[in-house]
Amino acid sequence: MAENGIGAPVRRKEDKRFITGKGTYTDDINRPGQAYAYFVRSPYPHATINGIDKAAAEAAPGVLAVITGDDVAEAGWGGLICGWMVKNKDGSDMRAGNHPVLAQGKVRYVGDHVACVVAETYAQAKDGAELVEVDYGPLIACAALADADRPGQPQIHDDVPNNTVYNWELGDQAAVDQALASAAHVTKVDLTNNRVVPNAMEPRAAIGEYDSAQEAFTLYTTSQNPHVARLVMSAFIQVAPEHKLRVIAPDVGGGFGSKIYIYSEECICLLAARKIGRPVKWTGDRSEAFLSDAHGRDHITHAELGMDADGNFTALKVHTKANMGGYLSLFASCVPTYLYATLLAGQYRTPQIYCAVDAVFTNTVPVDAYRGAGRPEATYLLETIIDQAADELGRDPADLRRQNFIKPEQFPYDTPVALTYDTGNFHAVLDKALEVSDYANFASRRAASEAKGKLRGIGFSCYIEACGIAPSAVVGSLGAGVGLWESAKIRFTHTGVCQVLTGTHSHGQGHETVFAQLIAEKLGVPIENVEVIHGDTDKTPVGMGTYGSRSLAVGGQAIANAADKIIEKGKKIAAHLLEASEADIEFKDGSFTVAGTDRSKALGEVIFEAYVPHHIPQGLVEPGMEEGAFYDPANFTYPSGTYICEVEVDPDTGVVSIDRVVAVDDFGVIVNPLIVEGQVHGGLAQGIGQALTENCVYDSAGQLLSASYMDYCMPKADDLPTFEIATTSTPCSHNALGVKGCGEAGAIGSPPAVMNAVADAIGTRVSMPATAEKVWRALQASKTSQAAE
Amino acid sequence: MVSVSMTVNGKAVTKDVEPRTLLVEFLRQNLGLTGTHVGCDTSQCGACVVHVNGKSVKACTALAMQCAGAEVTTIEGLANGADLHPMQAAFREHHALQCGFCTPGMIMSAVDLVKTNADPSEKEIREWLEGNICRCTGYHNIVKAIKAAAADMRG
Amino acid sequence: MYAFNVRKPGSVDLAVAALESAEDGKLLAGGQTLLPTLKQRLASPSDLIDLGEIADLKGISDEGGSIKIGAMTTHADVAGSDVVKSQIPALAYLAGHIGDPQVRNRGTIGGSIANADPAADYPAAVLGLNATVHTNQRTIAADDFFTGLFETALNDDEIVTAVSFPKPSKAGYQKFPNPASRYAVVGVMVAETGGETRVAVTGAGPSAFRWSEAESALGGNFSADALNGLAVSAADLNSDIHASADYRAHLVGVMAKRAVAAAS
Repeated sequence: MAENGIGAPVRRKEDKRFITGKGTYTDDINRPGQAYAYFVRSPYPHATINGIDKAAAEAAPGVLAVITGDDVAEAGWGGLICGWMVKNKDGSDMRAGNHPVLAQGKVRYVGDHVACVVAETYAQAKDGAELVEVDYGPLIACAALADADRPGQPQIHDDVPNNTVYNWELGDQAAVDQALASAAHVTKVDLTNNRVVPNAMEPRAAIGEYDSAQEAFTLYTTSQNPHVARLVMSAFIQVAPEHKLRVIAPDVGGGFGSKIYIYSEECICLLAARKIGRPVKWTGDRSEAFLSDAHGRDHITHAELGMDADGNFTALKVHTKANMGGYLSLFASCVPTYLYATLLAGQYRTPQIYCAVDAVFTNTVPVDAYRGAGRPEATYLLETIIDQAADELGRDPADLRRQNFIKPEQFPYDTPVALTYDTGNFHAVLDKALEVSDYANFASRRAASEAKGKLRGIGFSCYIEACGIAPSAVVGSLGAGVGLWESAKIRFTHTGVCQVLTGTHSHGQGHETVFAQLIAEKLGVPIENVEVIHGDTDKTPVGMGTYGSRSLAVGGQAIANAADKIIEKGKKIAAHLLEASEADIEFKDGSFTVAGTDRSKALGEVIFEAYVPHHIPQGLVEPGMEEGAFYDPANFTYPSGTYICEVEVDPDTGVVSIDRVVAVDDFGVIVNPLIVEGQVHGGLAQGIGQALTENCVYDSAGQLLSASYMDYCMPKADDLPTFEIATTSTPCSHNALGVKGCGEAGAIGSPPAVMNAVADAIGTRVSMPATAEKVWRALQASKTSQAAE
Repeated sequence: MVSVSMTVNGKAVTKDVEPRTLLVEFLRQNLGLTGTHVGCDTSQCGACVVHVNGKSVKACTALAMQCAGAEVTTIEGLANGADLHPMQAAFREHHALQCGFCTPGMIMSAVDLVKTNADPSEKEIREWLEGNICRCTGYHNIVKAIKAAAADMRG
Repeated sequence: MYAFNVRKPGSVDLAVAALESAEDGKLLAGGQTLLPTLKQRLASPSDLIDLGEIADLKGISDEGGSIKIGAMTTHADVAGSDVVKSQIPALAYLAGHIGDPQVRNRGTIGGSIANADPAADYPAAVLGLNATVHTNQRTIAADDFFTGLFETALNDDEIVTAVSFPKPSKAGYQKFPNPASRYAVVGVMVAETGGETRVAVTGAGPSAFRWSEAESALGGNFSADALNGLAVSAADLNSDIHASADYRAHLVGVMAKRAVAAAS
């Protein structure tokens, strides 16, 4: 292993600026002459806009402009788009509805963007916003997912009957029905996957700038994917040609999906900047984040699992209703379809699976991908129904799972829901998890809890996820509007400094360190001499950004491929300098050596020669040392894992305390174990948050009740235990690095482990989040029913 | 406008501000000390924690005028020149940060904890962090870093 | 926040004068509730009268039969006070569980009780320990102080200067925190002081209240078992997305028992 190469727990290169307060987040940037924007948002979930009177606001102190939907229309800009076309069962296209940048005659959720006030100061913009008089015609709202597509509900988009975006299906319904009919046992569940709010700690922000001489915009924004932002704004919203729009995503304080999308605020900052001829900054506050960042999850599902007399799974049938909110966000349509139903095989050999999904509009904040995106919903469903089946059959939950696992020798394995798992060893992962968790002695831990008056439960979850969504041709055939390759460029300077330019974006993932480790491994360059550049469309090659645990498996492999090209070119130069045949040159540990000799040239010498080619004959190679690569994977990668959670329930109050969480993951090859563990920890916290504390609640009229940290319960340090983490490894077979991705696993695997543990403790199932009151009520209900028996 | 003076990171500063200016706005906008962050508007997240007269407070929930005459320390003033504070060093060593946004507030809060409790248990650390939200780390490595820093600071 | 003036009087008299001369003045103590309220633009006072400069309002003193705490004393100072910890540990415990450490470093007892948030902790202490509220005009008995949701007996120009807590022979406080805000969903202070037993409940209703049935039961037998079978009526209790009135009623019983068990 190279020093600080693959496998080394290198301390992060980016940390120094963050621990000393020297990070540069969007709100930390101030541009000369900058003005401030504040948005007028709808207080109504559903209303017509009969008129907007801007006069008082325009006359207010410091106000420079009041922008409405008319200004957007006048500029000729289009609406926000959904980038994934999903087809209905009958083959027709989904109905996306219009998504104006600022409301056009109607608002569709509380927080919807109505107008923007631009002023000399933030306070003046906010003061001015209160003076914008909007004549709303309130309409009855449709806030409940269960009712949204029923007849008689208010229609949210004129061109979307029954509020139905699509009715989609995957699998052979007839075969599944037949298998269920002949099953020895069928387990049925009805589940809600609760809506959650991503809550990256940095609220979204944007600064728009316009250079009238160049007729060019610059946008500083909190984005996970600046190139995608530029593409969408340019090609679809028609903001400007791509060369007239530079998008910079500097340090970004977490994303979790919510900063993938293109939002109204970013577009309007650009429009406002052009209008007033000054940079315009918008910084969202947390309340605005609750009302306008795309939310996550929000499914209701009925599912049936058929088994034969021995407990072998024979068929799974799933019907899910997915909430899209008031508009279709950028990737919303693919989340409950291609990122959900395709994962319903899980780790199991279920031969027949059918899934139908109805996606509907409601008068709520749009819902899109949130850490895991579809895969947590699939895992929650599968791992709940299997746990329920084990209960009903009186089987050990670990044994029933193991019996149905895809066997190590069955890889590559084609699932009935369109995926081919390349590698995995689910048995090994489960065995390790059982060992780490000391499952054998659970009974004694339960007895110890009982002695303290506490109810103890244990819960399992065996997840699989699909990361690094690809290849482009396949996702294109499924409706994606873009390719999902990634790019990289490696540029050496005269002095041997290595710049890595990537199309991915780091907002906590540690790319500056991990990508430097790849260079250290591949090229033997010390990580101090590697600079990772990302987040600026003017500097980096076109890339697709960071989400879906893709940065290493797709972006990292692109870097590795570019490094191979550097080596190839270097061999030509070295061969000449060493007067040997190129075929005889070997590259190892940063040196080119003539095989079987001690004659060698260090990479630095070769690079210098490439830039100062005084000894290179004309035509041997181009001068310079800079190579790029684009990488389109052959398949998804498939991390998997077993999570085991133990909880203690206080029967007097219903409070659930997490006592232990054991997470064993197979991420294939691990580049930096420290960073991988950190990713798992964070994912676990988010999954546990969804299971126990976090809940986005709307009332029946469409008002958001959990609209701040006073009511939306973020998991805090004292809600969580110290995690017990371990890994196993079956390297990915289709990328040369053997890596799989680890960013979402924790959030995918943990909710069912927690909820199964709660069910084991209290003897009955409750919905997420398992709040104290819910658990207490469930305990009261079972006491009452026991008393009646 | 009113004139507000205080000592920030050892330097006397005076600025003319609106009376409604919060301490965090004073630091970020008037002094350009952008290491102190704003992550919420209801005083829960703790991204804005600084020290006022040696105690950790939420800079988003104090007026600059309330801090007139006070000694304020922000994340930018924690290190001793090029030498990181042991808490900063421990956060890096134990990978206690990812996106870095909550980090300044976490570190300032943790330094105050160790000042009042030189050898905090894991439970005490977790309870102390009630006012600091991190979305990235699951707190695991933050707790580890604070424990290690406390040991280091005890010497 | 809307624009306002800030005045920093150096004495209580000057504070009263500032309040009287302001068009719509509001007292600013620690600001841990007022400032978030102003940030959300839920109030628009013309002037904030910052009490932070008035030295007389700070400090904790042992007055023999009681402990007197200045209105501008922070929760952290109460929680960390050797006097309070030794004489009324339940009060130190309560103060040490308000909000979070940073809120406790600025929030004050005077600000908390004057605001009379139904979910604040201190009202349970004031009622349960039968405290006396001192103002610039008079003293007010605990039972007369809290009059309703965010309502107290204070006049418009009246400023809380201190709170005296008689030393109990036994007292205990337990709370069930709101998991998000950490305010009390239910908080119960039980205390035996000079032969009188009090049970005060915060968080559950529109205002802190005494649970007389529990007081009678504990008066005869100060043990958790004495509360078996007792329950407050859910009829007048709060209900929100965190806890229904029924559940709050149940928690009052559980927290009361735990407070008795914790009492010292």
